[in-house]
Amino acid sequence: MYQYSQQDHQLLLERVSQFRDQVQRRLKGELSEEEFKQQRLRNGLYLQLHAYMLRVAVPYGLLSSDQMRTLAHIARKYDKGYGHFSTRQNIQYNWPKLEDVPNILDDLAAVEMHAIQTSGNCIRNTTSDPLAGVARDEIEDPRPYCELIRQWSTFHPELNFLPRKFKIAVSGALHDRAAVAVHDVGLRLVKNDKEELGLEVYVGGGLGRTPMIGKLIRPFLPVHDMLTYLEAILRVYNQLGRRDNLYKARIKILVHETGEDEFRKLVEAEWEHIKKNGLQLRDQDIDAIKAHFKDPDYEELDDTDEAFDRELITDPEFAKWAEKNLELHKKSGYRVVYLSLKSRNQPPGDVTADQMDAIADLADKYSLGQIRSTHRQNLVLTDVKLSELHNLWKELKALDLATPNYNHLTDIITCPGMDYCALATARSIPISQAITERFDAYDFVNDLGDVSLNISGCINACGHHHVANIGILGVNKKGVEVYQLTLGGSAREDASIGKIIGPAFTSDEIVSAIGDVLDVYLETREDPEEPFLTTYRRIGQAPFKERLYG
Amino acid sequence: MGNFIKDRKPADDSWTPFTGLEELDTLPTGDIYVPFKEWLERREELLKRNSRLGVILENTDDVDALADDLERLDLVVLQFPKMADGRAYSQARLLRERYDYKGEVRAVGDVLRDQVFYMQRCGFNAFEMREDQDLNSVLKAFDEMTVTYQPSTDEDMPIWRR
Repeated sequence: MYQYSQQDHQLLLERVSQFRDQVQRRLKGELSEEEFKQQRLRNGLYLQLHAYMLRVAVPYGLLSSDQMRTLAHIARKYDKGYGHFSTRQNIQYNWPKLEDVPNILDDLAAVEMHAIQTSGNCIRNTTSDPLAGVARDEIEDPRPYCELIRQWSTFHPELNFLPRKFKIAVSGALHDRAAVAVHDVGLRLVKNDKEELGLEVYVGGGLGRTPMIGKLIRPFLPVHDMLTYLEAILRVYNQLGRRDNLYKARIKILVHETGEDEFRKLVEAEWEHIKKNGLQLRDQDIDAIKAHFKDPDYEELDDTDEAFDRELITDPEFAKWAEKNLELHKKSGYRVVYLSLKSRNQPPGDVTADQMDAIADLADKYSLGQIRSTHRQNLVLTDVKLSELHNLWKELKALDLATPNYNHLTDIITCPGMDYCALATARSIPISQAITERFDAYDFVNDLGDVSLNISGCINACGHHHVANIGILGVNKKGVEVYQLTLGGSAREDASIGKIIGPAFTSDEIVSAIGDVLDVYLETREDPEEPFLTTYRRIGQAPFKERLYG
Repeated sequence: MGNFIKDRKPADDSWTPFTGLEELDTLPTGDIYVPFKEWLERREELLKRNSRLGVILENTDDVDALADDLERLDLVVLQFPKMADGRAYSQARLLRERYDYKGEVRAVGDVLRDQVFYMQRCGFNAFEMREDQDLNSVLKAFDEMTVTYQPSTDEDMPIWRR
């Protein structure tokens, strides 16, 4: 992974002391809360319902075991013993004290971590494919490009006070595991017919009040032009994005109101001026960053293992997990392992300090010392040998990290909702827990196959309900929490926005409404191989409506 | 002396802002700057004055429209109506980088200590700090960060090419 230079370290230290000074000025009253807000937000510090919340950046979802241990230490020393992985691959702490935050940042800086630009109206942490570098369907490893974007965007002097937050995602594989279509800018690494590497550039995707799928404004941008082109997009947005209405300030609204073609013209015109400047990447610039992401020394292994095959037969529980939570690896004899953060005993995405320490140890023992976080709020060990899977599974099971539900119904994305969040209008964690309890039976979940269920506790849609096959949005209607149901969304390469199926349900009704939806699917799918989304797209809303409201 | 900083030092401000050019007779002596719209309307008369001239832009104005006049202007004033409204950062960079403007670029409005670092990187060299800002504290803010990653008016190259 990327190793900090002396200058990267220097920057973090300077940032921590700058923030320490800002906190002091706030505590002395020299900074008003409103002005401090602008500063703390650019350092990931929110004021929530009960306390401050600190969001720590996990650049493109990649963590070393030592970094994970520091995250555990922070959870233990400064928080209540746990952290929460977010849909943007970051980790959040719900209970830090303001005066402790500079010390937390010091501890983070010691392991090359920070909270820079994890909130505020600036370019946020770049997200990516959690299988980057190991996926079988990969065209090009996106991590070097993410790292270049990280450096370019960190404390960008011109683009740090944008109309609204700005999220970039990069994917380099055939399958989109980074949800690039619902980001302000989504980049997909592709090759043209001359085998040259380039980027599809999508602009103006996003969720929130006005969900939109990003528009492809450039089908092939040479990779060397990535940063100049991004700078052109952001400059146009900084100057023309709306600032009169918070809810119309994202770039998706600018693209929508300007029109896709006109917006493209504006970007291209700006880019003509700057495309040859110092940000244009040379081969050696890209190669130097790529050197940080070289393949580890994999062993040459067969893609079968006798002991593994035997354990699949003798240990049915292991077999269930192996069927659900493993993915093929580009190297034979290795597998990618999903650690489910969706057991019925913890809120989705939550990890205790003890679990974090144990995960760090497991990463060292089984997976070359690295951990990835995913936008579906799980963790991944990417480099586990077939022969060691059974041992790893036993340890994961003891840690309650082996729920066999990856990409299945109970692998629910949930925002923190009214249990923590100052914006939320409804609870979301209890709903996800109720659904998990009701549909916990392995055979049932297994039979449903690949399906996504996401829950947001307010219209800001942090739980990505719009792009779930089954989405739930909690809203407050005359003092009562009710839940709207949307069907048919997808965050993958076939991205789409789900449609509201009808009137909302109460918190008592929503779980059985989900049951009805699943029943319609099970009764009408053409065969057990047809996934929920395919069935829905084939039969449409009517049969579901009929069952829910008929 | 107000809360004015130029080239990283407290300074006296020799400029007078002026609007209402219809009464040209009453114009003050000395250096003045005028709104962009009035500049466009009365440029020829203004150029006859025996003083330095400046223009204040709205942060929605297109810097491009001022390009041909820049060599006659010693000052361009850019506005931050709220500290979080960052449009003038782009205007400043365009003035310096695209039009190679060498005169004074001044920040006015909600100009606060914790923004001057970014402003100077974008090409601002003069700052009318908001009244409550402590100048000594502000002067420290220019050097708080010494590491920069990306090119801007102060650096042609990103960190990986320096």
